Amino acid sequence: MDATPAIEVNGLACAYDDRRVLEGVSFKVRTAEIFFIVGGTGVGKTTLLRNMVGLAAPVQGEVRFNGRSFTNADPAERREMLRTFGLSFQGGALWTSLTLSENIALPLEEYTRLPRDEISRIAAFRLSQVGLAGFEDYFPSEISGGMKKRAGLARALALDPTTVFFDEPSAGLDPVTARNLDRLILQVRDTFGTTIVIVSHDVDSILGIADRLIMLDASTRGIIAEGAPAALIAGPSNPKVLEFLTRRTIRSA
Amino acid sequence: MPESQEQKSARALARTEAGVLEVALEGPWRLDGATPRWSSVVGGSRPPAVRLRADGVSRWDTSLVAFVGEAERWCGDAGIACDTAPLPEKMRVLGGQFAESLRAGPRVEHSQSLLVEVGLSTRDALVEGRNVLQFVGECWIAAKRLVAGQAGFRWSDCLAEMQKCGAMALPIVSLISFLVGVTLAYSGAIVLRRFGGDIWVADLIGVAMTREMGAMMAGIVLSGRTGAAYAAEIGSMKANEEIDALTVLGISPVRFLVLPRVLALGLMMPLLALYANCLGILGGMAVAYSTLDIPPAAYWVEMLTIVDLRDVAVGVIKSIVFGLIVGMAGCRRGLQAENNAAGVGQAATSAVVTAILYIIVADAVFAVLFHAIGL
Repeated sequence: MDATPAIEVNGLACAYDDRRVLEGVSFKVRTAEIFFIVGGTGVGKTTLLRNMVGLAAPVQGEVRFNGRSFTNADPAERREMLRTFGLSFQGGALWTSLTLSENIALPLEEYTRLPRDEISRIAAFRLSQVGLAGFEDYFPSEISGGMKKRAGLARALALDPTTVFFDEPSAGLDPVTARNLDRLILQVRDTFGTTIVIVSHDVDSILGIADRLIMLDASTRGIIAEGAPAALIAGPSNPKVLEFLTRRTIRSA
Repeated sequence: MPESQEQKSARALARTEAGVLEVALEGPWRLDGATPRWSSVVGGSRPPAVRLRADGVSRWDTSLVAFVGEAERWCGDAGIACDTAPLPEKMRVLGGQFAESLRAGPRVEHSQSLLVEVGLSTRDALVEGRNVLQFVGECWIAAKRLVAGQAGFRWSDCLAEMQKCGAMALPIVSLISFLVGVTLAYSGAIVLRRFGGDIWVADLIGVAMTREMGAMMAGIVLSGRTGAAYAAEIGSMKANEEIDALTVLGISPVRFLVLPRVLALGLMMPLLALYANCLGILGGMAVAYSTLDIPPAAYWVEMLTIVDLRDVAVGVIKSIVFGLIVGMAGCRRGLQAENNAAGVGQAATSAVVTAILYIIVADAVFAVLFHAIGL
């Protein structure tokens, strides 16, 4: 590996409601990589994500982006780094009082000095990228869950982030819509060279688009496997990892 | 008769054979019937080995599984061999799982001793106090940046909030303050009539409304009407991760959501308080005219002998502070709401309680303060 990793997590310990769920988590994400954080329900995937983007303060350890510490950054520096993130939330988390177009426009208004009509043109372009052309003036309450998710992705991409985080992108979507979303993620990465971190337990997505993954487990409160999905399946690995990735069903067991 | 056989209760017959305690389970084992417990079967004895049979069981459910599980665990703890081989396979497997669940590792510590509870509550109270100060500080910094023109401000949001909390609250503020004026006039008249001083009702109501009741009533109405709405609105935004979405963009929720609302209330509350003053005085005037035979002109002139701009200013200063209190209490409760539907309801309730509490406290502080400086 040549350059500094896009994301470096060093000895991170995270707590959820005073309860420690993760300890000593360390991994690196390379630039333009599609990186999955996987694991069963309740092992702390989302908690890890929240700690990485600064929504929660880690108990221990630090997160570095392109070699710069994010955890120990001062507020101004942190704001500057936040500008390079996009975060796509489980339910979209669109601001309900704003239209889709205004939702996407808000980060642009906050961080750029573009004129208003230019901003709304960019917003319309982003919406068309995620297949929501023509829905500019809809309010979040007027569209379906899958559409909200895509609109959330459009907002996450608004500022051309260098890193995009996804929290359970395919949760609650039908398999076809979920694959379309995967295709979109792949397209974003291939076009812009964006580093992508995805929290998910959707095995189809993992096998479909993941470059590498880490798997978390509650028993060790940490990482039990790291690597490319194909290598993890082929190589000697933890039975839990195999069970997760090869999805031996109850009938076939 | 099979019917009577079926109605017999569950039994566990213990007998010792060649040093082995053999327990034969019989009859129907049902959770809603009376079933024997392992502890009563084994009593205080310590057999060298235990064997369970279930040949005479007509039907069974989890009650029997629990019995087998407890037996297995008891044997496991006492280091006694427990032979479950004569049991049907399903029963054996489930019993084993039950025993396993009894043996499962230490429970996550959740309930605590009194001392720990007290300690944690104290810590929570301290943290809460610090958080209140931090929130007020954040609002102050955001307001300073706004005044200095360093940060964008959503005037459109602020204007919409001003309309909602100001203009749209006029009907209820009218009704309540008019009735407060009426009530004060009646209660004042009872005392003042004894001295033949009916006309002083005008003074009483003038002073009470301008200095106290106008601001207080506007504050209480808005804490119920607007403070609760802010808490519910921001609380549900939080449940929907909208606050997180702002934070991740580096946009301060205080600047974006709290400041427009608090400012709207801070600007509207004095206007509403002035309006409430007028309506309260009008209410008193109506009572004076209709039941005390005091003409409105005389009432007005009498009132002006004692009420002056200083009294009005006292009310206005208070109402500005009440407005900020209601706005900040509502927004803060919303921001700290738990991420679920119940959390939103709790946030709304506690926003009202907090706002009224702080309004009363602030009013008392003002009373002392204004007395000290002679206002």
